[in-house]
Amino acid sequence: MARALINLPARARRGEVIEIKTLIAHPMETGYRLGPTGAAIPRDIIHRFTCTYNGEEVFAAELYPAIAANPFITFFTVATESGEIALSWTDDRGQTQTEVRQITVE
Amino acid sequence: MAAEIAPADRRAGYDFAGAESRAMQDDDAVNPGMLGVLQGETLWATPAGTAGRSCADCHGDARAGMKGVAARYPVFEPALGGPLDLEMRINRCRAEHQGAVPFAWESEELLALTAFVAHQSRRLPIAPGERSELRPFVDLGSRLFHRRQGQLNLSCSQCHDDNWGKRLAGAVIPQAHPTGYPVYRLEWQSLGSLQHRLRNCMIGVRAEPYGYGALEAVALELYLMARARGMPLETPAVRP
Repeated sequence: MARALINLPARARRGEVIEIKTLIAHPMETGYRLGPTGAAIPRDIIHRFTCTYNGEEVFAAELYPAIAANPFITFFTVATESGEIALSWTDDRGQTQTEVRQITVE
Repeated sequence: MAAEIAPADRRAGYDFAGAESRAMQDDDAVNPGMLGVLQGETLWATPAGTAGRSCADCHGDARAGMKGVAARYPVFEPALGGPLDLEMRINRCRAEHQGAVPFAWESEELLALTAFVAHQSRRLPIAPGERSELRPFVDLGSRLFHRRQGQLNLSCSQCHDDNWGKRLAGAVIPQAHPTGYPVYRLEWQSLGSLQHRLRNCMIGVRAEPYGYGALEAVALELYLMARARGMPLETPAVRP
């Protein structure tokens, strides 16, 4: 499990626009760098990020080798109801890491 | 001998960094160095070595136990008869008290643990010890800082005492105060130690860099910390 830092409000008013900030530890190896033997270091990147709000996808991003290591993704969504916000990162190997946070909407 | 920077004119690298870099550093949820601090927090509580002990088993909660520690490093270690920096102290603890293999220099684990410990001194003033036994090593560091070296025949002092604030290859020359180490350097896309940064500088003037853990490297660290006395620690800093 890669380390992830997530910042989103624990509480919000119904209809309020909230900002979600995410930072995950990942080398985002481009596949173009040459290693000590002269051979290219294989590509290993996170290529997809999604955010679901009570199961509904509210944000998605496709990432490419140009994204730097430890990708920082921040976006806005509208606080509609209390429940779970799930953030998922999928890498080239098909592995997905998901972090879940609760939000209370008044 | 180059003129030293007047205490009132001392500014940290933070003041020379761009607005975006400063914004990254200021928010703990955005600062990539904090990922290393989080990893260090886990390592702090993880038992290691033949003794099966974690750092926490001896030192307790780092928030209390490590407060102020990084601000007074490097220290004099009587067993060595010389100065010891924080990375070396952590590795000595691992070997002597945990029975564990020391972490390699610049390894992810050593950087994370050092960052976690140093982070407990954030906002505290830099205050390396002033034992008389350290004096010869501070002087050694000072001589190394002021002497010309490398194919470009430049001394640290010529850039960082005489020309700070001016530009070199498009980047602003800072005053070289180690206020935020281990630092998250955007160029490295990772945390790095002060010794790593010093090696980059020496390669920059085309001098042969000191090996990790060399006496010259630790003496330079000690001199730089003494030169930055009173400035607040910012670990983990974000630099370009």
